Amino acid sequence: MEVREKKEIVEVKDDKVFAWPNLVAKEFLAAIFVTVGLLFYSYIVDAPLRELSNPGQAENPAKAPWYFLGLQEALVYFDPWYAGVVLPTIIIIGLILVPYLDNNPKGNGYYTVKERKFAVTVFIFGYIFWYILIYIGTALRGPFWAFFWPWEQWTHDFPTPPPLHDMPLPLGIILMMGFYFAGLVLPVFFKRDILYKWGFIRYVLTMGLLLTMIGTVIKMVLRLEFSIKYIIATPWINI
Amino acid sequence: MKIFPNLIKKITESEIWKSVFRHGYADTSRNRVLQIISNVWLHLHPAKVREHGTKIRFTWCMGGITFFLFLFETITGILLMFYYVPDVNRAYADMVDLMYVVPFGRLLRNSHRWGAHAMVITVSVHMLRVFLTGSYKPPRQFNWVLGVVLLVLTLLLSFTGYLLPWDQLGYWAITVGTNMARATPLLGHEGPFAYILGMKPDNDIRFALLGGTLIEAPALLRAYVWHCIAIPVIASALMMAHFWRIRKDGGISGPL
Repeated sequence: MEVREKKEIVEVKDDKVFAWPNLVAKEFLAAIFVTVGLLFYSYIVDAPLRELSNPGQAENPAKAPWYFLGLQEALVYFDPWYAGVVLPTIIIIGLILVPYLDNNPKGNGYYTVKERKFAVTVFIFGYIFWYILIYIGTALRGPFWAFFWPWEQWTHDFPTPPPLHDMPLPLGIILMMGFYFAGLVLPVFFKRDILYKWGFIRYVLTMGLLLTMIGTVIKMVLRLEFSIKYIIATPWINI
Repeated sequence: MKIFPNLIKKITESEIWKSVFRHGYADTSRNRVLQIISNVWLHLHPAKVREHGTKIRFTWCMGGITFFLFLFETITGILLMFYYVPDVNRAYADMVDLMYVVPFGRLLRNSHRWGAHAMVITVSVHMLRVFLTGSYKPPRQFNWVLGVVLLVLTLLLSFTGYLLPWDQLGYWAITVGTNMARATPLLGHEGPFAYILGMKPDNDIRFALLGGTLIEAPALLRAYVWHCIAIPVIASALMMAHFWRIRKDGGISGPL
């Protein structure tokens, strides 16, 4: 009698099902749908093939593959060393660091926004912003990378953009340092336990990456609204 | 009368058949386990999985589709390699042949191209899904890192393929892309502080990528070798680790 009772306790009901056929069948169906969809699309739409490459005749506009057009669009606002090299490097490093920076134990393995508002908000913002830049670079940029709305005809005859100017160097340095300083210090005053919860290194890395992301957007706004070319302009490096 | 069933029975009970297929389709728990664990391709899966992990509304099926697209690209890519030679005098003509002469060449090339774009999209949506379900949280942190590297490799795979048609589109896209390397801090000849390392157009990082100062024959060959051999090999190795770790980290993520 005792042995029987023990056996009943051991037999815990879990939610596991056999991979065959519950999972394998779905994977197989997905593979078939993807293949059919891809072949059908390939049957009706041809992959682009332009004329033979000619180093002497540049395409205008010359565009990178669409998934890099967010970075090419960033070239409007930043020098190539940032838009083309440092920004993507920061994005990759930031993504790699995500699991080590986010030490919130909640929301592990299920959908929730409520339990991880900060992480989801930041990630979704970055994700959407990346694709907005790609959309602008793909659809709204014409010859000489000039901006055209979807309903406008691409033309080489567009108004000259307003002249740009640099910020005075001392002001630029003060603004830049003030931005990072305020961004690192102020949250601690508003949420006093944040340093304790995250630890110093995690806090500095997270906020540093977040501020760089926000700063990238701010620089774009400064350029669009106030015609600021560089916040910091030096003979060696411009930001 | 019973020729057909008898024939099937004779075949499936023959020594040859049994040496290939170890068991049938009997609907028993034991057989369902065997279907997975005695099949070298299917035993990527565990014999049993948590039920929510089989729901498309949880996984969106995006990781699996990305992997499938990689296989699709590998097969169509191998077929394309029969017809395409990465020689600046031939490459474009080979593309035109594929579009107009080679049987099914147009379908082959189109589906390879669109499959590549689809793969970039599915891999990025897969990343979004993994983020929203918090699946990178302990103990799966490092698998997220592998995933990010695989995302970058997917972009590079697509990017290196872009030059191969040797048409204006690919040529100038790669020009724009690789010109960025010029501006690499320290390592590109137009980048900040490049003078410290004495970078010139003919010794900087862009030169290393292109095998020259302009996009010419060496650049086409490099794009080809990276695209067809080097990156697929690296990506395959990392994919093995990526899938293996899903199992080792406790299977598909889910509420604890």
